[in-house]
Amino acid sequence: MHHFIDRRANPKGKSLGNRQRFLRRARENIKERVDRSIREKSIGKGESVPENGEEITIPAKGLKEPRLYHGPGGNRRYVLPGNKDFVVGDTVDRPRGGAGEGGREASEDGDGDDEFSFTLTRDEYLEILFDGLELPDLVEKATVETETIGTRRAGLTTAGTPNNLNLVRTMRNSLGRRIALQRPSTKSQRELEDQIEELEGLEARSPSQDDLLVVLKTKLEGIIRKRRVVGYIDPLDLRFDTYVPEKIRNSRAVVFCLMDVSGSMQEREKDLAKRFFLLLHLFLTRCYEHTELVFVRHTHYAQEVDEETFFYARETGGTIVSTALEKMKEIIDDRYPSDEWNIYGAQASDGENFGNDSVRCRKLLTEELLPVCQFYAYVEIVEEAAQMLLDNAEVGEDLWQNYRQVKAAAAHFEMQRVSQPSHIYPIFREFFLPKVKG
Amino acid sequence: MQTAHPTAAPLFTGSEWTFELLEKARDAIEKIALGDLGLDVYPNQIEIISAEQMLDAYSCVGLPLMYQHWSFGKHFARDEALYRTGRQGLAYEIVINSNPCISYNMEENTMAMQTLVMAHAAFGHNHFFKNNYLFQQWTDAEGIHDYLAFAKNYIAACEERYGVDAVEEILDAAHALQAQGVFRYGRPPKPTIEERKAMQQLREAYETGQSALDIWTDATLGLSRDAEMTEAETGHAGRRKKMNMPQENILYFLEKHSPVLEPWQREILRIVRMLAQYLYPQKQTKVMNEGCATFVHYHIINALHDQGLISQGAFMEMMHSHTNVVMQPEYDDPRYSGINPYALGFAMMQDIQRICENPTDEDREWFPAIAGDPDWRGVLRNAWANYRDESFIQQFLSPHLIRKFKLFTLTDNETHPQLVISQIHNRAGYKAIRRDLARQYDLAYIEPDIQVTDADLKGDRTLKLTHTVRDNVYLAEDERDEVLRHLRRLWGYDVKLAAVEASLAG
Repeated sequence: MHHFIDRRANPKGKSLGNRQRFLRRARENIKERVDRSIREKSIGKGESVPENGEEITIPAKGLKEPRLYHGPGGNRRYVLPGNKDFVVGDTVDRPRGGAGEGGREASEDGDGDDEFSFTLTRDEYLEILFDGLELPDLVEKATVETETIGTRRAGLTTAGTPNNLNLVRTMRNSLGRRIALQRPSTKSQRELEDQIEELEGLEARSPSQDDLLVVLKTKLEGIIRKRRVVGYIDPLDLRFDTYVPEKIRNSRAVVFCLMDVSGSMQEREKDLAKRFFLLLHLFLTRCYEHTELVFVRHTHYAQEVDEETFFYARETGGTIVSTALEKMKEIIDDRYPSDEWNIYGAQASDGENFGNDSVRCRKLLTEELLPVCQFYAYVEIVEEAAQMLLDNAEVGEDLWQNYRQVKAAAAHFEMQRVSQPSHIYPIFREFFLPKVKG
Repeated sequence: MQTAHPTAAPLFTGSEWTFELLEKARDAIEKIALGDLGLDVYPNQIEIISAEQMLDAYSCVGLPLMYQHWSFGKHFARDEALYRTGRQGLAYEIVINSNPCISYNMEENTMAMQTLVMAHAAFGHNHFFKNNYLFQQWTDAEGIHDYLAFAKNYIAACEERYGVDAVEEILDAAHALQAQGVFRYGRPPKPTIEERKAMQQLREAYETGQSALDIWTDATLGLSRDAEMTEAETGHAGRRKKMNMPQENILYFLEKHSPVLEPWQREILRIVRMLAQYLYPQKQTKVMNEGCATFVHYHIINALHDQGLISQGAFMEMMHSHTNVVMQPEYDDPRYSGINPYALGFAMMQDIQRICENPTDEDREWFPAIAGDPDWRGVLRNAWANYRDESFIQQFLSPHLIRKFKLFTLTDNETHPQLVISQIHNRAGYKAIRRDLARQYDLAYIEPDIQVTDADLKGDRTLKLTHTVRDNVYLAEDERDEVLRHLRRLWGYDVKLAAVEASLAG
């Protein structure tokens, strides 16, 4: 009888099904809290959603498990331990909050609280955060995804190369065949050999022992012959894993983050821009197997930089937006052929631009960039006081006006103004909500 | 009293455990458990699990296999949050009433704790499960695994076929009535001839793909016989007889008589009530079960120590843990949260041993049958086998222990502005305190008494329930209304719950 079993290596996540049912049940409440948390979140370096999940607290309503049990009140007697100096007839004040001192009347699930706290994993968090959002698929590209050839397991065959040998199946067949054909075991052969050796080792053998020796030898020969005929492993037993080649559509995306870093873009503006880029990146990471980020900053000239420099290095100079767009075009031509990559552009600026550069921007976008981009978003960061700009999309400077013309011509171009962190997530959702095709 | 004469080398020295050491310790424990205490146990199957697996087991009411439901996910999320933040530790073990008896031991336990836990669960609880009359009569230790596997698969199949939402609706409703899904006093009524016929018809109808819905109802059943029916059969008395009313097991009643449920929904009700019934004896024997296991582990580790099989350090570690487990804070202690079943059970069983070995005159007067009995082991085994918490306390709580715990009774009369100390640990109070404490463990008293009293399937089909109110204690209202909504879903027609004072109820 086995007394001990080591279960530690058993598959994890036995209660995953329960978890999914629970999240499904509480979805509405969880979603609201997640949305709120992303709005209030300050984005530090790197990722905003911790690897090990996010603790959230939701109202317990809707997660109640009602039961029938006795309410407070009535006549009761409680037996309690630890009497100090009470004598019969003493009175004590009723404890506040009912007479639940005995603790027996509590609700069975034990959480009469209004709130329920638990931890969402990173994946669950993102899933809920981006719930209902879709990639804009307005432009059906010839090949949105690239194809490569991969392999897929396809059962077992009787022929193959040794490296694909399926040991378990092979040994199972071998064992079955050996049992069926009654192949003598190594052990029985060795026993016979030992017996023969023992007999042969005797100084003087009696005639009966001689006879026995002969019999044993014949028997041993028989066994050896049979073992030779019925092999330990026969070609019949062999089983090989097979793999068939398969076309794998793998999707790759590149996100261009374009930002104006001239003097007018302060910490506040950069922070807002960063939040937007980050959301976009998180979202696309979930949609594509492989996502790359390209950071292009510009003043009166544009450079490709790393993330650190992009967000934190200071730069002075004028503002020529078109330089960034040209840089983006250059990088696309150089490294990201549009038939292999899904290209996304996101641009943040405070709306200022030099002279009549904005017209050039419009041309660049409509003629060069938008035809190769899946989606292009422009976020204009305005003063918190500039309510007038937020309310009225028609008012704006040169760049805004030109971009409005772009938007009118291209459906996969989106533009919005923001002034506070709390605006970022709603406009992001607006960009990616499934649109009714016209 | 014998002094310790270490005769053997300790079973283990370090704190790390290995499977070889566990095996060795188990054998040593078994020798004492079976040889000395005379325990009778199911074969043991001890499984080592991780903290996450322990949380899994927690969320599924400690059962090794369970169907899926969101509430288990909720419990898991809550326990996990409490555990991660250090607000709640995990149990050292969980033990399941099954044959073989499965106990889960945490991998984090030290070797000393594994030894303690094995003595506690694999022998203490195990003996109790196998020998206590409630478990023998009401649970099927052989079949529980198969039944759990069936339940899990059945509910998964229902989800596949009818959708997660439809199944969840029925499960939610059934869970709300779980505590009303047990037979407390009598066995389930044997199916009547009508019911057997109905089951037969149901099967046939099911096979031929006809709607089986109405066949269950007595209305359809009686159609052909309506003419010959006498008034007595159609009236209240007849219905009561035919439908086994009054019926305390509401889930059973719904399963058999609800006019709207489909066969798979009835089966789900059945699963929920079967599991409730399986767990019911554990609710009735918390003090005894934990007391028995604690007494057994205490006896065994002392015996091991006496034989020199465990080192002083390991012994101290076990004693430290044991002392924590049996700690009973006093009523005015901030840590007080009711009477600790481990403390009370262990103290009572030690007390029984004392009464057998060193009885005082008072013990002789109170316990003439066992005072001075040379075989305290037999007395305890008999108690473990034949009592539940309520009757055990009523029978064995001694004046000595009442004094030791300084028990007193507090009377709360809702018409009085203040609470009154009605009994304390003196000669006048022993019997009353014992009775009051015993009643505190009587599930029939602490759980509301609600029965199905009438359902006229040929009339307006209103389901009538009666809550028998004792001592003016009524149901908690907001949850009551929610449960009634669930009940209405399962019954399909109006449901009325009447509260009747106990003295007025027939």
